[in-house]
Amino acid sequence: MQLLSILSNSVEQASLYAFLALGVLITFRFFRFPDLTAEGSYPLGGAVAATLLVNGINPFASTVAAMLAGAVAGMATALIHTRLRVNNIISGIIVMTALYSVNLTVMGRPNVSLLASRSVFDDFARTVGLAEGAGATILLAAVLVVAGSAVLFWFMRTELGLAVRATGENEPMIRSLGVDTAWTKVVGLAISNAAIALSGALVAQDNGFADIGMGIGILVTGAAAVMIGESLFGDGSIVRWIAAVLVGVLVYELLVVVALRVGLDPTDLKLITAALLLATLSLPRFRLRFLGRR
Amino acid sequence: MLTIEHATKRFLAGTAEELLALDGVSLDLAAGDFVTVIGSNGAGKSTLLKAIAGLVELDEGKIVLEGRDVTSWPDHRRAALIGRIAQDPHEGTCAAMTIAENLALAARRGGARRLTRAVTPDLAIRFRASLAELGLGLEHRLDTRVAFLSGGQRQALTLLMATLARPRLLLLDEHLANLDPRTAVQVMANTERLVAAGRLTTVMVTHDMAQAIRVGNRLIMLHQGRIVFTASGPEKAALTVASLVDKFHAASGERLADDRVLLTR
Repeated sequence: MQLLSILSNSVEQASLYAFLALGVLITFRFFRFPDLTAEGSYPLGGAVAATLLVNGINPFASTVAAMLAGAVAGMATALIHTRLRVNNIISGIIVMTALYSVNLTVMGRPNVSLLASRSVFDDFARTVGLAEGAGATILLAAVLVVAGSAVLFWFMRTELGLAVRATGENEPMIRSLGVDTAWTKVVGLAISNAAIALSGALVAQDNGFADIGMGIGILVTGAAAVMIGESLFGDGSIVRWIAAVLVGVLVYELLVVVALRVGLDPTDLKLITAALLLATLSLPRFRLRFLGRR
Repeated sequence: MLTIEHATKRFLAGTAEELLALDGVSLDLAAGDFVTVIGSNGAGKSTLLKAIAGLVELDEGKIVLEGRDVTSWPDHRRAALIGRIAQDPHEGTCAAMTIAENLALAARRGGARRLTRAVTPDLAIRFRASLAELGLGLEHRLDTRVAFLSGGQRQALTLLMATLARPRLLLLDEHLANLDPRTAVQVMANTERLVAAGRLTTVMVTHDMAQAIRVGNRLIMLHQGRIVFTASGPEKAALTVASLVDKFHAASGERLADDRVLLTR
């Protein structure tokens, strides 16, 4: 029974964090830089959704608004990087820092409780006639993740999507084919941060609150999921990338839930996250050494 | 078709290592011209091509392409009109993408990138036909990732990508230099075929003097950022490698310590 609850708990968390991981995949793997905007756009998603919800706005509309806010944050980073020629990591740090104040302003205080508000999950449960709770949450999140993955898969094979991917992989090449990479970077970072903000909005609604500190270390969480998936699946086609990320986020959440169940304190969570990322990064090296290849 | 007026470029200006890469180069190409560019290392050949492509910003001078002054255009905007291939086969393709996806990127040269499927069945048929003409068997490997191709195959693909959307101007910057001799012959044959088929105006930098004489209808020799010798038509056809070396010595007013610098790469 405990195994089942660990599993359902992990699946629930994983389906909420999947969009974060997909967003991080775009910047971290396709664009090849750690986009710290995530640390601001994730709580921005939570803040925007929560603020709209407590003001009685429809949960679905609030969640979409959170995504749009994330997209704008991503665009800001891309524009600072491309127009003002600031290094991409620094651009992310600048926007992340600015967003801290923006998020506080949006919420008006460091923490907004949603216990009195309806969430997308409640609305969804009512619409499909399920009891409110983990089951409905997982179902909606899973539907969203499948839909989101399908949209990402479709996009990455469109003319624009290919150009965005090529921008990350071989910028001089795609420019030599007539693409303004300033534009494709704006598109890529907007999509990435919209997904990350969506994750923040969903997590806030699931947890019943949005908090100014909810984004701390979130990039590492996303990166850990991406890299765990990669180490299990390897890289390759877009389908494989997306599948790897979804499996990666599930494995990551499984490890976190287990770590908490065996008695680690929630305050240790970031330590666990950091340790997981470190382990994912360093284990292949040990394995290679063990096999005598290196 | 292409007019270069007094193109001048200094690298590291104001330092002890200041290098005058282009020293008032002027050149006028008619549509359909195929110009080969030779010269010793550091003569400014590559800089000239990069200046045309917009990868190097000129200090002075003007570049006019089909009546449009493109001097202030960024590289990606010029790329709508100009196809370019560099020496390194890795530069011109995306390794993580398939052959079809790379070609699809090239097929939309200069056009808006739309939210529609990049590799349509119609395009795939077209790609297969073009790949078949390369004679490398790549037409059966449309969904193979470019990472699995050899350098020669990648460069042949780059060539196809540079010419696929019929650019106004094709720039070949020693595009055979990193290939083994057999592959180089193959890629060159494909280059000549595609240039002829598309009647492309072409500028090709090469270290191979015999090739520079054999290919194209015009030849220019650069030395220290200046055009020191030009030949075209029958005059060019009558050149020999030995006569070119003499021209070089006469024009540059010096003997190279080692003629092999010029004769081979």
